[in-house]
Amino acid sequence: MIWAAIALVAAGCYAVKLLGLSVPAAVLERPMVRRLAALVPIATLAGLIALQTFGEGRTLVVDARAAGLAAAAAALLLRAPFLVVVAAAVVVTAAVRALTG
Amino acid sequence: MTASPTQTGPPPPKPRAAVVRDALGVGITVGLSGFVFGVTSSGAGLSVAQTCALSLLVFTGASQFALVGAIGAGGAPFAAAAGALFLGARNAFYGLRLSQLLALPAALRPLAAQWVIDETSAVALAQPDRAAARLGFTVTGVSLYLGWNVTTLLGALGASALGDPSAWGLDAAGPAVFLALLASMMRGGNSRGSWRRIRERPEPVTALAAAVLALASLPFLPAGVPILVAALAAPAVLVVNRRRRDLS
Repeated sequence: MIWAAIALVAAGCYAVKLLGLSVPAAVLERPMVRRLAALVPIATLAGLIALQTFGEGRTLVVDARAAGLAAAAAALLLRAPFLVVVAAAVVVTAAVRALTG
Repeated sequence: MTASPTQTGPPPPKPRAAVVRDALGVGITVGLSGFVFGVTSSGAGLSVAQTCALSLLVFTGASQFALVGAIGAGGAPFAAAAGALFLGARNAFYGLRLSQLLALPAALRPLAAQWVIDETSAVALAQPDRAAARLGFTVTGVSLYLGWNVTTLLGALGASALGDPSAWGLDAAGPAVFLALLASMMRGGNSRGSWRRIRERPEPVTALAAAVLALASLPFLPAGVPILVAALAAPAVLVVNRRRRDLS
């Protein structure tokens, strides 16, 4: 089942990339399509951030991951490079977890 | 991801070395984070082969993290795949802008397509002319593809030596990657690199609504479904905005 999901995502993601390079601009240039395409990834990313930070199975928790995410946000506000942002989240999460047991 | 088109006025000519330097900076930095993906994917229960297949064949980071995150949380593989595909859809619009900018021959398009992602688009679109954009796209694509896949393999192999990824805080890496992507998307787009008019734009309210929808539905819906509910924030915000515009 996991292999099937991988194949589906691989085929789908490649098709979408090729589609953008290949179709005439007019098809994707409709204002509503453009706006939706800009907003769907934002909604999906924000949803994933919330779920992967506060979700634990099917319950909501506030734990070390929230501190890590806050550290990543702080690093972003300081315009830190991508890898520093991720490292800040990882280090702070590990530190808070180690300190609080 | 760090490069965004911010030039104003007539673009100055850009030396090839500067383009290569910018492109390698993005390609190598982001390429290294494949290690985090490798570890995360292993921690979610995927095999080394499955993890490497994702980086080789899917090669769009957000979708990969989303898929393994959802599988790790116990989601049904096909619901997880739907979330990953939603995230991948934005690459079509990068491709659209790149096809005009790069003007690739038809024979090269199927090859170049695999590299149409956030980072290569950001670098290419930030260049002042077609030659620089082609160079930036290619150098970013090559360095990022190589780096991402090598470090994915290392991460997947190293994961067992690391033991429990959450003891190292690596379960916070996925959300941090998403946050960095989200920030670069909000900074880019129509605002031309500024946060100033952000209140007039639909992005912040969409992000907030999506987060609330995801968390509110988590206790009640099967794993993998809350992210699909969150995606509904996008059409909902567009419909509300249109109504408001019609009324005023």
